[in-house]
Amino acid sequence: MTERHREVFLEARSLSRHFGGLAANSNVSVTLRRGEIHALLGPNGAGKSTFINMLSGDLPPSSGTILLKGEDVSGLPAHRRSRIGIGRSFQRTNIFPTFSVQENCVLAAQSRQQQPGKIFRPPLHNQAVVDRSHEVMALTGLAHCGSQIAGTLSHGEQRQLEIAMVLATNPIVLLLDEPLAGMGADESSRMVDLLARLRRDHAILLVEHDMDAVFALADVITVLVNGELLESGPPAQIKASPAVRSAYLGEDEEIDHV
Amino acid sequence: MARFFRTFPLIAALAVLLVFPMFGQIFYTELVAKTLILAIFAMSLDLLVGYTGLVSFGHAAYFGIAAYTVALLTPAGAVNSIWWILPVSVLAAALAALVIGVFVLRTKGIYFIMVTLAFAQMAFFLFHDTDLGGGSDGIFLNSKPTAHLFGHEILTFENPTHIYYLVLALTIFVYLSLRWLLKTSFGHILIGIRSNEHRMVAMGYNTFNYKLAIFTMAGGLAGLAGFLQVLLTGFVTPEMLAWHQSGNVLLVVILGGIGTLIGPVLGAFTFVALQEFAQGLVDRWQLVMGIFVILVVFALPGGLAAIPARVRRRLVKGAQHD
Ligand SMILES: Nc1ncnc2c1ncn2[C@@H]1O[C@H](COP(=O)(O)OP(=O)(O)OP(=O)(O)O)[C@@H](O)[C@H]1O
Ligand SMILES: [Mg+2]
Repeated sequence: MTERHREVFLEARSLSRHFGGLAANSNVSVTLRRGEIHALLGPNGAGKSTFINMLSGDLPPSSGTILLKGEDVSGLPAHRRSRIGIGRSFQRTNIFPTFSVQENCVLAAQSRQQQPGKIFRPPLHNQAVVDRSHEVMALTGLAHCGSQIAGTLSHGEQRQLEIAMVLATNPIVLLLDEPLAGMGADESSRMVDLLARLRRDHAILLVEHDMDAVFALADVITVLVNGELLESGPPAQIKASPAVRSAYLGEDEEIDHV
Repeated sequence: MARFFRTFPLIAALAVLLVFPMFGQIFYTELVAKTLILAIFAMSLDLLVGYTGLVSFGHAAYFGIAAYTVALLTPAGAVNSIWWILPVSVLAAALAALVIGVFVLRTKGIYFIMVTLAFAQMAFFLFHDTDLGGGSDGIFLNSKPTAHLFGHEILTFENPTHIYYLVLALTIFVYLSLRWLLKTSFGHILIGIRSNEHRMVAMGYNTFNYKLAIFTMAGGLAGLAGFLQVLLTGFVTPEMLAWHQSGNVLLVVILGGIGTLIGPVLGAFTFVALQEFAQGLVDRWQLVMGIFVILVVFALPGGLAAIPARVRRRLVKGAQHD
């Protein structure tokens, strides 16, 4: 299918965010389509996490609009954005360390079922929620450690749980902030496989420093530098771009060896 | 087996409490009733502090508001039935918590502590500085409520032993209800908020609503304790809403063990026992209490409720060394 035919799930129109005098994002526009993985690249401090925070509702933009399936959602608080289908993962693992792996996933899945008749029951008595927790644990490779306390997982497994919890909320848009960071080779390749499979039904924004993964997965790449959109286009265009090369000076090797 | 060792002390304690009034003097029956009331009060605060991560420093307001509701709704000559005066006073406290909660729950951390305190002080001065409830002296309860069931008077609250059994029954009821509540998804959501509110929001929970719900429930339960307190003592004073009272109940929770239900009960017994003991010993009993609290906080993180687990760990370690 060509890009034109793919359904637009999320559209960010010239988002800006200032922290005092610092312009963390200036007029950044990005379109996320179903069936596409859109990679967001940029050096440290380029404003990638800030951009995700604005889309997820964690940070109010200084200006600009956010549309979900054509509807303006810029004014919605973070919990509402999650409920309409914008799911995010965090760059720094953000789980419930004293709960078991399954309890973490159950709590995430339960967020879609908050009717009083559903929450005043033991969590494991809600079959739909329990089923969803098993599904996402299986998808992310955590099926074997459901009863383990999340805080005792290895760093890589905690990253997997981070993704499992986002998936448990059944989002249509996935905003993933460095999902592969700190994963071992096996975990990392399983996650790459999973993202490739998730692409079909989701619109995915992927912030990632692992260039192998980015070029293996991305349909579109946008490069941010100092909060400004430097270039956006298909991987081949980005790889060949002199502007991107000079911005990544010193990281040239990483792009070259792909 | 482990389950037996965990429940056996509870059953034994319950048996002792059940027969206690038959042996002790009235003074002690009333003292234990007062302790159980403090235990209910402390459990209600622990819902906020221990389970949701909301350190309220104004919890006495709801205790006192329910107590004043009972006194003000009992004019001279009137005799109220407990079947309506109890729910009404509990609802009054819950309503106050709902309204105050809407404001205070918009703040976090140290600001939350200060704003809950400020609202409680406002309630204190409302009763202390106006004639609404007898001013700084407080007022006596004109008459105790009655408890009829099918035309029979089942309890007479002129009799402290009857109050004792009502308090004991309600303590057990509150303990079991909260144990159930905290094991539901609702309870897990509260613990999730305490542990990582940011992630809860990101997953789609409107945490404000949950915090308001538990703040209101905790206020209502504190109101139940306040109701029982007037029933026992027969009078209300503004001191019931004062910040000392809010501080004391916070101490009870910390002593007993934050984030457990048995902790506030253990804390209440320790607190009252210490108070009685130290009061007889020295004028400045608060000093003794202060030293004890400091000792517990440093020597026993997790409070008194953590003792069994520590002992068990010791025993296991000892067995391994042998
Ligand atoms: N809450 C904040 N307050 C002030 N400055 C902030 C805040 N959040 C981010 N910044 C600043 O905005 C800039 C962009 O930060 P951001 O975290 O978005 O970068 P990033 O591209 O995600 O970097 P990295 O690759 O290191 O994760 C940085 O200079 C950062 O210091
Ligand atoms: Mg970042």
